[in-house]
Order: sequence, then structure tokens, then C-alpha cells
Amino acid sequence: MLWPLFFLMTAIHAELCQPDAENAFKVRLSIRTALGDKAYVWDTNEEYLFRAMVAFSMRKVPNRGATEISHVLLCNVTQRVSFWFVVTDPSKNHTLPAVEVQSAIRMNRNRINNAFSLNDHTLEFLKIPSTFAPPMEPSVPIWIIIFGVIFCIVIVAVTLLILSGIRQHRRNTKGPSGVDDTEDKCENTIAVENGIPCDPLDTKGGHINEVFLTEEERLTPL
Amino acid sequence: MAQVSELGQLEDGEDERPKWDNKVQYLLSCIGFAVGLGNIWRFPYLCQTYGGGAFLIPYFIALVFEGIPLFHIELAIGQRLRRGSLGVWMAISPYLGGVGLGCFTVSFLVSLYYNTVLVWVLWFFLNSFQHPLPWSTCPLDLNRTGFVPECQGSGTVSYFWYRQTLNISADISDSGTFQWWLFLCMVACWAIVYLCVIRGIESTGKAIYFTALFPYLVLTIFLVRGLTLPGAAEGLTYLFTPKMQTLQNPRVWLDAATQIFFSLSLAFGGHIAFASYNPPRNNCKKDAVTIALVNSMTSLYASIIIFSVLGFKATNDYGQCLDRNILSLINEFDFPEQSIPRDDYPTVLLHLNATQPERVARLPLKACHLEDFLDKSASGPGLAFIIFTEAVLNMPGATGWAILFFGMLFTLGLSSMFGNMEGVITPLLDMGILPKGIPKEALTGLVCLMCFLSATCFTLQSGSYWLEIFDNFAASLNLIIFAFFEVVGVIYVYGMKRFCDDIEWMTGQRPGLYWRVAWYVVSPLLLLSIFLAYIILLAHKAPSYKAWNPQYEQFPLKQEKLYPGWVQVICVLLSFLPSLWVPGVALAQLLCRQRQKWKDAQLESGLKLQNGRHC
Repeated sequence: MLWPLFFLMTAIHAELCQPDAENAFKVRLSIRTALGDKAYVWDTNEEYLFRAMVAFSMRKVPNRGATEISHVLLCNVTQRVSFWFVVTDPSKNHTLPAVEVQSAIRMNRNRINNAFSLNDHTLEFLKIPSTFAPPMEPSVPIWIIIFGVIFCIVIVAVTLLILSGIRQHRRNTKGPSGVDDTEDKCENTIAVENGIPCDPLDTKGGHINEVFLTEEERLTPL
Repeated sequence: MAQVSELGQLEDGEDERPKWDNKVQYLLSCIGFAVGLGNIWRFPYLCQTYGGGAFLIPYFIALVFEGIPLFHIELAIGQRLRRGSLGVWMAISPYLGGVGLGCFTVSFLVSLYYNTVLVWVLWFFLNSFQHPLPWSTCPLDLNRTGFVPECQGSGTVSYFWYRQTLNISADISDSGTFQWWLFLCMVACWAIVYLCVIRGIESTGKAIYFTALFPYLVLTIFLVRGLTLPGAAEGLTYLFTPKMQTLQNPRVWLDAATQIFFSLSLAFGGHIAFASYNPPRNNCKKDAVTIALVNSMTSLYASIIIFSVLGFKATNDYGQCLDRNILSLINEFDFPEQSIPRDDYPTVLLHLNATQPERVARLPLKACHLEDFLDKSASGPGLAFIIFTEAVLNMPGATGWAILFFGMLFTLGLSSMFGNMEGVITPLLDMGILPKGIPKEALTGLVCLMCFLSATCFTLQSGSYWLEIFDNFAASLNLIIFAFFEVVGVIYVYGMKRFCDDIEWMTGQRPGLYWRVAWYVVSPLLLLSIFLAYIILLAHKAPSYKAWNPQYEQFPLKQEKLYPGWVQVICVLLSFLPSLWVPGVALAQLLCRQRQKWKDAQLESGLKLQNGRHC
């Protein structure tokens, strides 16, 4: 007697979950693309986990706290790994509105992805757009930093070159007068030694200091 | 020697003329000036468009009969007369002074827009120091649910180039605002140029060691990397395979001749300036042949690298095209993942088309042919900033390759800028514009400042359209006219015999038959025919440009628009104004001479009267 009831229930379930049914969503997984050699096989246990995650997401919606795993129906599982799912209400006669399911999945997308070690590209809910995380942007763009470094180096180099050019210019113009100054200084130092003018020393008697003589000879060519 | 004593006064005054530290600096400066961005992005494009290896035939013919003879003339007169382009032409004949002024003007115009290209290169260089590279992903739209639509339509690299770098407007009349990031880079670029040319060849002579040699190092690194990339062989064979029938198209010969002409940077006055700092007895013939050959070999070397990288990119794109199609099939028919290898794709498609054609027809499948991807070529900025940049994205270690590539482009362009600036600064120095007290650093600083202020217009949103105008119109016709007057002036006005005697004095050998025939007949004829061909091509159709317009129906393709009237006027002015110096100066000199004669005649008749009275 229970058998007709059972068939009735499965028939109703079958009607509720069909490709392109009302409030049904298609899901596509690309496990091998994401995990390569570590890819797991998609079996009924994984399906159970999926239904649990969807139920978990629905339970977080206010008013839907009573959603059970049995309310989530999967159908048309293919080799691709793609399938359709719907979420029914507790009476199991109607499906929940697509808008609610969509917003629930979007809010918990990260948790669902992590449960399967996939990401937004490899676990696709067709018709549910995912919100991309904003890219990591440093507060100061890198190019400005490098620009600053290069520009500072160039400015310093230009300043050094200009300064050295000015110094060389000054040295060239001061060159001849500078030599005269040192010549005068030489004569002054020789002429006044130890605070005593040398000329009077020469005329007074006594030994002639040969060192003094050789210094004079050194000076005469000038 | 009569010629030496006639120009003897030049020898005495030129003892204070700056000199090269050694021959290597001079050769590197000329090579750096000749080898520029055109060797990287113009020659490979021409090779590819005009039948691969077959293009080398008109190219080498043009090199032998036009490039090397003209180049030898420039080096010889610069070295002999020991003046910049202005002084040289005044010395040969005062009526030809306009050629020097014209070269000076063209050098100025070219340095404006050439440095702007360096600004773009610098911007890309600065942005290469991050991982992942900024042109590898699209920015997100406001909802963060997808990418910016313009980027999705055109591709990440094109978006980065047209929107995030240039922020290009959709029309040339829409100037838009100044782009502050480009402005900053322009300040840096002109500062770097100033740093290098601050003391003339004293400073460029030191900088050239790096800027001329670094590109060759990077090219070699890229050669090794490029040849080991998958798909490089396809690129090289497809692009170098000669297609001889293209030689029947006269356009090939015209483009080969113009490519040689502009590649050697003739008629700018830069080479004349460089040669004028040489010792008088220097074998300029050997220099001319060496530098011209090095320039052409560099073009070939660069095209091997470019083609192998383009082959890699085409193979990559072809693979991605196939993968996208395969994914569409797998998703539609729910096959297991990765169940269709690339090689099986055609058979699977055939089978599915036979069994379920309606479902297959609904899919957005694109036809993937490797040749289509190999045929996608570009020249100019498009090659460097879009195609090559995209290729670099797919190489392992993309950040390093991007840094190397843009560093190489920057140093290539910088060494050419030295020649351009010499073409501007040396005539000013020779004219003695600044009083003696003011140092050379001030003059070069002033020149760089003027150039920088004039070039800021290229940082507007329509800047790249204006750059294209300058590139197409400012240099081409004018340089051909100046080169023609160069040959005619030296050979017919200065005199072939005098010129050959000078060369014999400088190099120890008299120019042989090849040189004399080339100078007398072949080069002037070639230049005339290039000039006429250019005029015909320009008059053939109204000049147009390709605009980047996101609102265009066929969006990623650029929209072809005609230039508005006032822009066409500017194009014509750019093409002819610099050349007007030639007749202008000749006329001025003529008038001056006539006035002088008239004054002398008056003086004579006045004296006769006086004598008569006294008598």
C-alpha cells in the first residue's frame, strides 16, 4: 500500500527537479581542471555534501531555518560533472523562489567553494553571478615608487654635473691670478723668517748660512 | 692642396672643438643613432608583409645604391668641414644654407615625438616591476560581478594600452585632458635626455657605451629564450619563407627604399654633427660601410627574435582558440572534462556536426587556423605595446622579460635621441647664439626645456593621433628633399672633383667607380622617384586615421575616420614648411648679394664723381 505513495512522491520529486524547471539551477564542476592529479571522483557522497552545503546556505536565510538536506533535490547528473538542483519547502510540494536560493548561495559562495576545494571558475552556478574579490592594490602604486627612485637619481646626477661644471669654469677663470698669489707668498715667507727680515741678517757679520744661500739661489730664476 | 687652404680658416678656429675620446665612442654613437625603434618594429613588419625572405632583395639593393652612398657623403662633409649641419651647408654654398636650417627644424620636430614614444616605453617599464603584470587582468566593473565591458570586448592588453596608458579619446578633435601619469613620465624622460646630452659629446660619449650596447645584450638573451619557446620554429619558417611574386608590386621597392633611408637616420644632421668631432684624417668610407652594415644586420637579428616570439604567441593563441571551442563542446554535450585532446577536435566536431547539427550550430565556435594567428601582424607601437606585451605574458617569468624588453626599447630610443639632439644643439652652438660667458650646460638645458614644453601636447588624450600625424608627415617628405639637395649640393655645387680630392686627403684613397656612379646618377634618381611616389600616394586618397572608439559597432576593430579640415592643413604645413627654408634662404642670399652689388656700384660711381670733381 505504501508503494503507490512512494511512486507518487518520486514522481512529484521528479517533476520538481528537471532541467530548465522553474526555480532550478544548473551547476557545473571542473574538478580535474582545478585539482589535476588530486582530483576526486564525483559520487553520491559528494552529492550528499553538496546538498548539505545548499541546505546550510538556505538555513541562514531568515524564515528558512527549517531547511533539511532532504529538501534539496539533485537530478540529471552527467559525466561532465554537471547537474540541476532545486530546493523545496518543508511540504515538498513547491520549490523555493529562485531569488532566495540565489541570494543564499551568493552569500555563502566562499564556504561552498572551500568545501569542494574549488573556486568561482571551477564550481559554476549558471545564472548566479559571483562577486569577484577586489584585487590587492597597494596604497601607493608600485610604478610611482620606481619613478621616484629613478627621478631622484637623475636629479642628483644632473645637479652634480652642473656643479662640477661651474667649479671647473671658476677654476679656469681664476687659474692665472692664483699662481701670482702663491709667488708673492713665497717671496714674503722667504723675506721674513722668524719675524726678522732676512736682509739685515745678511749684511751683519758672522757665518753665512749656506742653507739660506741655497734658498736664495732657488728663488733667483723667478 | 687648394681646398685645404681655402677652408684653412676653419682649421685654426676649430682647435677648441670637442673631440671624441676614442674611435669606439664615435662608432657607437653613429650606430646608436641609426639603430633605433624602427629596426625592432618596422623592419620585421615589412619583412612579413612583403613576402618574408624575398623582401631582403629590394632592401639590400636599396642599401647598396642609396643608403651607403648617402651616408658616406654625410660623414665625409661633416668630417671635412668640421661643422654641424648648418655650418656645413653655409660653407659649401651660402645659397644652400636652407638645407641646414631645414634639417635643424626636422630634427627638432622629430625629437618631440620620438621622446614621447620613449615616455610610453618608460611607463610600461615602470609598470613591469610587479607580479602579476597589470596588463594580464581586466579591472572589475562597479558591481564587481564581471569585468569592465570595454576590456572584455578588446582584451586585457589592448585595454591597458588604450585606456589605462593613453586614455585615448574617440576622435582627434576631442583633445581631452592632460594625463598626469604620462606628464610625469615625460618630465623624467626629458630629464634623462638632459642628463645625457648636458655637455654634448662629452656626456653622450660616456652614456653611449651603455645605451648602444645594452640592447644587443638583451636581444641576445631574447634570441636564446625565443628560439627555445614552443612555436618559434613555425613563426620563423612561415615568416621568412620567401614569396617571390610580391617583388612585382612596386610598393615593395618604395617601402624598401624608404626603410633604408629612415633606418639610417639620413638627412637629420646628426651624423654630420657626429662626424664633425672626428680628427680630420679618419677613414670615413670604412666607417660609413661598417655602420650601415651593422644597422642592417641588427634589423635582421631583431626580426629573427620578433618572429620567433610571434610564432610562440600565434601557437599559444591557436591552442587557446582550440581549447575554448573544446570547452564549449564539452559543456554543451556534458562530456567528461578534458576528454577531447586538441588533436582529436576536428574529428569530434565532424562527428557531432553529422549527428546533432542544430546543437552545434548554436555554439559560438570560432574557426581556428594557425596561419590566421601568424598573419596577425603589426608595426610600430602596436607591435611593441600590444602584441609583444601579450606574448611576454605567457612566458614563464613574465615580469623579468617585460623589464628586459622595455629596458631595451628605452635604451634603443635614447641612443637615437642623442643623435636627434645633436642635430639640434650643434647648429645652435655653431651659430654662436649664446654669448661666450654662458656655459654649454645652459644651452642644452634650454633646448631640452623648450622641447619638453612643446611635447606636452602629446600627453593629451588625443596625443597618440597627433603623434601618428607627426610620424607620417613631419619627417618623410622633408628628409627626402633635404637628402636630394645634399647629394646635388655636394656633387654638383661643391664639385665631384673637389669632394673626391677631400676624401683622398682624409682617407688616403680616391673614391672608386661605384661611389662616383652612385653619387652622380643613382642616388639622386632614386631620391627623386621616392619623392614622386610619395606625392602620388599622398594625393591618391584623403589621409585618414584609425580611431579607438568603444561605441563603434565592430568594436575591437578600430574605426577609420577622415582627418577634419584643420588637421589636414596642419599635415600639409608639416610636410612642406621645413623644406621652405631651402628656397627661402636661397632667395634671401640672392637679395642680399644684389643689394651688396648695388651698394658697391653706387660707391664706385660716387668715387668716380669725386675723382672727376677733383680732377
